Amino acid sequence: MTAIGTTTAAGAPRLPGWVRYEVTAFAVVTALGLIGYLVFPFDLALLTRIIAVTFLVLSLDLVTGYAGVVTLGQAAIFGVAAYAVGNACLAGITDPVMLLGVGIIAGALMGLVSGVLISRFSALPQLVISIAFGQLVAALANKLAQFTGGSDGLAGFAPSAVLGVFEFDIFGRTSFGFSLVVLAVVLALLLRFVQSPFGLMCRGIRDDALRARMIGTAVYPRLIVMYGVSGAVAGVGGALSAINVGVVSLHSVSFEMSAEALVMLVVGGAGHLLGAVFGSILFQIFGHFVGSTNPFHWMTIVGGTLILITLFAPKGLYSAFASAMAKFRKSRVSQ
Amino acid sequence: MITILSIAIDALAFGMVLFIISIGLSVMMGLARVVNLAHGAFAMIGGYIASYMLREAGAGFALSTLVAVLGTIAILMPLEFLLYRRLYRNADAFRQILMTIGLTFFIIGITNTVFGPTSKPIPLPEALSGPLDIGFRMVPAHYVLVIACGAITALGLWFLLDKTQFGTRIRATVDNAAMAESLGIRTEILYAATFALAVGLAAFGGVLGAQLLPIEPYYALRYMVIFLVVVSVGGAGSILGALAASLVLGLASTAGKYMAPEFGDFFFYLTVILVVFIFPHGLLGARK
Repeated sequence: MTAIGTTTAAGAPRLPGWVRYEVTAFAVVTALGLIGYLVFPFDLALLTRIIAVTFLVLSLDLVTGYAGVVTLGQAAIFGVAAYAVGNACLAGITDPVMLLGVGIIAGALMGLVSGVLISRFSALPQLVISIAFGQLVAALANKLAQFTGGSDGLAGFAPSAVLGVFEFDIFGRTSFGFSLVVLAVVLALLLRFVQSPFGLMCRGIRDDALRARMIGTAVYPRLIVMYGVSGAVAGVGGALSAINVGVVSLHSVSFEMSAEALVMLVVGGAGHLLGAVFGSILFQIFGHFVGSTNPFHWMTIVGGTLILITLFAPKGLYSAFASAMAKFRKSRVSQ
Repeated sequence: MITILSIAIDALAFGMVLFIISIGLSVMMGLARVVNLAHGAFAMIGGYIASYMLREAGAGFALSTLVAVLGTIAILMPLEFLLYRRLYRNADAFRQILMTIGLTFFIIGITNTVFGPTSKPIPLPEALSGPLDIGFRMVPAHYVLVIACGAITALGLWFLLDKTQFGTRIRATVDNAAMAESLGIRTEILYAATFALAVGLAAFGGVLGAQLLPIEPYYALRYMVIFLVVVSVGGAGSILGALAASLVLGLASTAGKYMAPEFGDFFFYLTVILVVFIFPHGLLGARK
């Protein structure tokens, strides 16, 4: 179990402890943002969408990677937050930062509810409840068309300028910058959060729930709290997707969305926040090019990749890369 | 009253289809403890083959079904050696889920590349396609076939697992795999045979149930959840449990669609959550 902070800080010059996570998060996000801007200067909408989904993958990492709860219903939280933000905006709350708050609250509440339902059991009942919960929310989203627009999607809302200064422009520059800043802040907070005593105890629960119970940990309440935090993160993603795109569709609560987020997490590496970020970016950029030509070739590739990863790199590409780097460094030292 | 009877008959047929497809998964999960999300994909392969045989090769319904079952087993057995063998009795459910969901995506991609991304109807033979008068209403004649096949499957499996030497070995392995192995039971052969049985039943159910669960490009994803839910609600490895779960869930789904069609699958999944909460080990599953 390699802690994310020590892995990332190991190669870099040792940073003072109290800013290490913040510096890491801002460095990673700035670098990724710059690369993205240079590679896709005319497709900022794609980058913005990638960032929104990255929050979903991060939230999934919190419950699956750090707390060991396997779920296929995480998109329900993301989607409900997005719908909440859309409705809030239609109701007159147009300030993007306020809308972000609405998304976080809606996401956290949904996270707590799904935590109560999903983390009650383990193994098969857990998986089934998570799927059923996701499908339940999807069916409701389809039914409650007055709040969700049904299969047409919820549209027609326009957030005002960020902080009253930066208007949302047609090229998506404001959306992109706004999303990047939010990502950096959330990533820094999460890097700190997963190293906190609470975060470490969740990892303990993941590794051996029985032992955790033996040393007096209240497992179920902790998992629910973790779910609440995870829901808040997914809520940020849902809010950003609603604010930036201006449309919320049924896809955002769908089973496919949950399953794809899980695939992205596994490609990157569950149990590593940066792994989740890289997995999300890799999967979506690759999917953007392959999926637009033929969705079925894309499915074949995704499926094949997933099988290969579970066979040969079960801890994800991020871990495989990190251990390869460690080996490389060791071999240089010994020379 | 008529409505209640109508719902009951539709639910029975739907439940039987769920049962035929899911029971293979249930036995497999009871024996090898594999959370197999690709089971729906197996049924889909069966449906695609049957549809091809009926519409392109001009074969009869019975022959097409037989070819579909055997063909699906033949296609998927290599996967047993390559992939599933690594997952048996592996405590890491996460890994099982990932690999089988990957396999589902893979199968969807491949079948649609080979057969084309259209829905694949399975035309019924003359004798089964008409309506049948059962007194108070007309029902599709193939309901009779589906219900009969469901009953035969349940009885046949009960006989296989409870009355034959093969069944005794399976039950011994379910209870204690290490002990069964040391007594000379070739467990890997049992696993392979059960896998073949599960695949065959999935394909059989996929073809028979095509009128109720239409074969289409995303079949494997759309119904994956339902089969898993049946096993979870029924309790892995229990024939009676799977039958009960299929009928309860078939009823929940059908009644929901009759009473409140605009809610879609809402009541179905509500039932699932309630049942799993009250019976986390399944309606008739063993408490471990």
